[in-house]
Amino acid sequence: MSGQPQIVIDKVCHTYRPPRGKPVLALDDVSLSVGTREFLALLGPSGCGKSTLLYLIGGFLPIERGTISVESKPVTAPGPDRGIVFQHFALFPWKTVRANIAYGLERQGMPREQREARVQSLIEMVGLRGFEDSFPSQLSGGMKQRAAIARTLAFDPSILLMDEPFGALDAQTRHLMQSELLSIWQRTPKTVIFVTHDVQEAVYLADRVAVMSARPGRIKTIVDTKFDKNDKNIFKTKQFVDQVDAIWDLVRDEAIKAQGGRES
Amino acid sequence: MTSAALALPERTRLQAVSMSLFRYLPLVLLAIGWELTARFVFASSSALPSLSQVAAAWIELVKDGDLITHGASSLYRAGVGLLLAVLIGAALGIFMAWWRPVNIALAPLVEMFYPMPKSALIPVTVIWLGFGDGSKILLIFLGCMLPVTIGAFNGARGTDRALVWSARSMGAGRLRMLWDVVLPSAIPEMLNGIRTALALTFILLVTSELIVARQGFGYLIGYLGNNGSYDAMFAVVLTVAFLGFAADRIYQRLMQRILRWRE
Ligand SMILES: Nc1ncnc2c1ncn2[C@@H]1O[C@H](COP(=O)(O)OP(=O)(O)OP(=O)(O)O)[C@@H](O)[C@H]1O
Ligand SMILES: [Mg+2]
Repeated sequence: MSGQPQIVIDKVCHTYRPPRGKPVLALDDVSLSVGTREFLALLGPSGCGKSTLLYLIGGFLPIERGTISVESKPVTAPGPDRGIVFQHFALFPWKTVRANIAYGLERQGMPREQREARVQSLIEMVGLRGFEDSFPSQLSGGMKQRAAIARTLAFDPSILLMDEPFGALDAQTRHLMQSELLSIWQRTPKTVIFVTHDVQEAVYLADRVAVMSARPGRIKTIVDTKFDKNDKNIFKTKQFVDQVDAIWDLVRDEAIKAQGGRES
Repeated sequence: MTSAALALPERTRLQAVSMSLFRYLPLVLLAIGWELTARFVFASSSALPSLSQVAAAWIELVKDGDLITHGASSLYRAGVGLLLAVLIGAALGIFMAWWRPVNIALAPLVEMFYPMPKSALIPVTVIWLGFGDGSKILLIFLGCMLPVTIGAFNGARGTDRALVWSARSMGAGRLRMLWDVVLPSAIPEMLNGIRTALALTFILLVTSELIVARQGFGYLIGYLGNNGSYDAMFAVVLTVAFLGFAADRIYQRLMQRILRWRE
């Protein structure tokens, strides 16, 4: 029982059925296990179903074929054990930055004073001090993204589903956020599934990198990428660079296939 | 240099004042035209009293308390009717958008009832609830509910699914999610529906009071008209027109404030 990985995805398929137009097979026979406290990165060409897979684990979309279980229980609905950072942020536009970040804590019934302190510390952490009372429409893309990350970190889910969480950030902020995420992950036990298009980021952050095939998405390969994350010079070591190159090749093959698929 | 910098806001304020004067210039012209027509064209009849006579009658009406008592009773009916329409209409629209059975049960009713001229219900509401407040409140409620319902319905239908998922994954149950996500998503369109309802409120109020009532603005207009006190009658008509205008203005301010989270 305890040997069971925390998240088990078993032969999952997903078909979108838009009201108009023909059905789209987004995921085909995906199987994947993620252990407790593991950091898994998910790579794959655009449109291969990465977001869809996160939505299924999150319990947002119905699982029609196959099963997904978390802590040995089948996923049937969303829950605060699985926090998600959406690709398009999904901040509540009518709430201020502060109120957005506080939302999960309110739902948990955290007392006001404790909540305010926690919200403030997260605002500091993601560098949004001075924008507490701004509405999302008044923020830049990168700021929205940081607010969304803070909102999800706030209620401290044991599983973090992150959909290109650093995609809208400049290189500087991206580095800061990466090391912040790592230190959170090292301090508090968390399982992370992290979607990204940045191979170097994936190899640096993750314990394992799963590469998905072009649509319909499948898991093509899983690569172990356990490097010492506290080593500042890791990016320059030959092992690291080779690993990044090898994974790049895998991703590129699939991206070319995805391109070809679009033409035909 | 300093004086120029100081003078600048002064100048823009002056500009603002002259702008708003300019904006209401047509009204001023209308008033002057009225006064002249009344004095020189209708001089021998009382069908169009001059504006100054109307003003005098208005002061008279306020002094003896008629305008206040009738006005209070009208505003009470309008307020309660509209409030009920907003509360029940919004709830209905949101549940229709979110729960299929509610939609299936109510959509045909809404579609049938919406285009119907609500003033046709005046006799019906009187038969049910008599000559007093109840029938007016019911009429305003029925007449104003559907624009709110339809606004809330369309707004709620447009709710971004990622926001729903966000709330659910942070621990909101289904009802909580309706309140926290679907309702705020519906608000912009719903507020437009309420603005329509606000205009309808005044129309239905005065119409129904004119036809069957013992109190209210509409009753007062009818009563004064029948007695030939045209100056006082015009005073009441203008009061209602002004109240309608002011209500819409205040409502627009309120709307801007509620929607300040949008760009
Ligand atoms: N609501 C939807 N209705 C119909 N088809 C959809 C819907 N959402 C996604 N799809 C299709 O499913 C496939 C997978 O979409 P998904 O968003 O999961 O891809 P992704 O890997 O996250 O892409 P990206 O890297 O661009 O974010 C896409 O090809 C898309 O066309
Ligand atoms: Mg995606």
